[in-house]
Amino acid sequence: MEKLVIDAKGMHYTPLNKQIRQAVAAGVKEIEINNVLGQRFIANGLRGDVKITINGIPGGDLCMFMNGPECTVHGDCEHAPGNTMDGGMIIVHGSAGDAVAHSMRGGKVYVRNNIGYRGGIHMKEYESKKPMLVIGGTSHAFLGEYMAGGLILVLGMGSQPLMEDRGIGSGIHGGEIVIRGNVSDRLLGVGAIKTEFTESDLKRLSPVIEDFCSRFDIDPVPLMDTNYTRIVPSSSRPFAGKYTWE
Amino acid sequence: MYLQKQFLVVNMCGIIGVIDRGRSGMDGSGIKEALSLMNERGSGEGAGYVAYGIYPDYPDYYALHVFYDNLVEPKKKVDDLLEKWGRIVQQEEIPTYEQPGLRKKHIPWRYFYKPHKDLVVGSSTPEDDLVKTLVMDINSRIDGALVFSSGINMGVFKAAGWPEDVADFYRIQDYKGYIWLAHNRYPTNTPGWWGGAHPFNLLDWSVVHNGEITSYGTNRQYVESNGYKCTMFTDTEVVAYLFDILGRRHGLSEDLVVKALAPPFWDEIDAMPERQRKIDHAMRLTYGAAQMNGPFAIVVATSQGIVGFTDRIKLRPLVVAENGNKLYISSEEAAIRVMDPAVQNIRMPRAGEPVIGRVIV
Repeated sequence: MEKLVIDAKGMHYTPLNKQIRQAVAAGVKEIEINNVLGQRFIANGLRGDVKITINGIPGGDLCMFMNGPECTVHGDCEHAPGNTMDGGMIIVHGSAGDAVAHSMRGGKVYVRNNIGYRGGIHMKEYESKKPMLVIGGTSHAFLGEYMAGGLILVLGMGSQPLMEDRGIGSGIHGGEIVIRGNVSDRLLGVGAIKTEFTESDLKRLSPVIEDFCSRFDIDPVPLMDTNYTRIVPSSSRPFAGKYTWE
Repeated sequence: MYLQKQFLVVNMCGIIGVIDRGRSGMDGSGIKEALSLMNERGSGEGAGYVAYGIYPDYPDYYALHVFYDNLVEPKKKVDDLLEKWGRIVQQEEIPTYEQPGLRKKHIPWRYFYKPHKDLVVGSSTPEDDLVKTLVMDINSRIDGALVFSSGINMGVFKAAGWPEDVADFYRIQDYKGYIWLAHNRYPTNTPGWWGGAHPFNLLDWSVVHNGEITSYGTNRQYVESNGYKCTMFTDTEVVAYLFDILGRRHGLSEDLVVKALAPPFWDEIDAMPERQRKIDHAMRLTYGAAQMNGPFAIVVATSQGIVGFTDRIKLRPLVVAENGNKLYISSEEAAIRVMDPAVQNIRMPRAGEPVIGRVIV
């Protein structure tokens, strides 16, 4: 099946998504969307085996509820790409706004540069479903807020210091946040603690780092050491006594 | 405190502001397109624009924009009051053009006005004080009249409707300003009406705001105890008055005003070097009642520049970009790119960090 090319200039997201869904239903495996500017909800709820390339700046909630497709963005994203995503992949050759990957349930979100506030908020995992958010640059505050599962990895390329924003893992009760370099204790949110990043952690995460780097043509070798900080919940139920007493 | 969930709320509102620091005029067509791009953030119940530098023929006169319910009783009362305290050099209906999607509920009128400043004593800004008192007086006492814009060489254009309808209703492309702010409203706590659309203005201050000021009660008490009257039935109004008190009357710089309204947390203040710690400590104690809580992203304009900032835990979006003399502040990057595809230095400021663009000529 031939590649479908859509010119989205001035197009509303409803006809755009209709066109995408019809194409996927007809068996199209590759879609290129040009002149995207601010259209929200692109590939919303989309299922299937298709590669989508977006040239431009998609609006909020890119690939919300999506399960399966791989979506590459050549440009920045606004708020919440990967919102409640179920499976598949988003690759952003740029930066993204607030609440990236929020409530994500499965799949991968890769952002080459930086993200805004509350990245990975409410991310969760269940059995084999383990969502991943990988950030090439750095993140603003409240990264992994209320996180319940999955992995957030911040590689800190090009930013010094690597993380400056507060509230990391505020309310975290599952999953892990891994940040390149050392993270100051004062940046940890309520319920989050630091643990050592070991050789076995590196071995476990090496494939993720390598995959991320291969997508953006980055040399992974300088990232392959244990100079990371691992942030996890202080207990499995850090807020057991917060609203009720047992 | 961290429990507020920006990702669940439906009220969002779209804001955008631009300044040409070299004071080159821009017509309103670009900002109309930018604001319309964010229509998902509005509900068609309020939109508005403000532009600075649009009345070069009246560079020393207050341009009073008034919504009249009719041109008989309320207008007679306003005319009498204005003539008592100053001189009307020109007045006319603001030109409007019927739009199928917008119901004309008020008659927008404008005056070019010079107050008699020798009627006020004991003020370093007697003309501003007189106009402010007149605005408060008209808005709280004269039924059927609402002054929604009262600065010099600037003007607000707003109504209940979608951004493009409001823009075409006033034909904002016919005005050239070196600063523009625009707002697309999604009213949540109070009904949408013409006076409740943004921008809110008093004297030289104009405000557009996305979010909700949950400290409104405290802030309202503070501004009312300083002689302001809240008449617009919505929270944003207090921001204009707070800037007038802190910026004009107390003489604070823009970044200090922002520090008073969205201060650092106490633990951050405790970690500061001594001098800075003392300043921030004093600011919080002095301006506790001016501090704003709740989710917000705000852009404020004066004839001298614009300042954008968000609440302290960043519950609303704000993007900044530049191109030469132009500085843009908006809810969405795409809106900026519609106005200016060649923008550079796109970034997201930190929570509570003021982004300031001042005129350079």
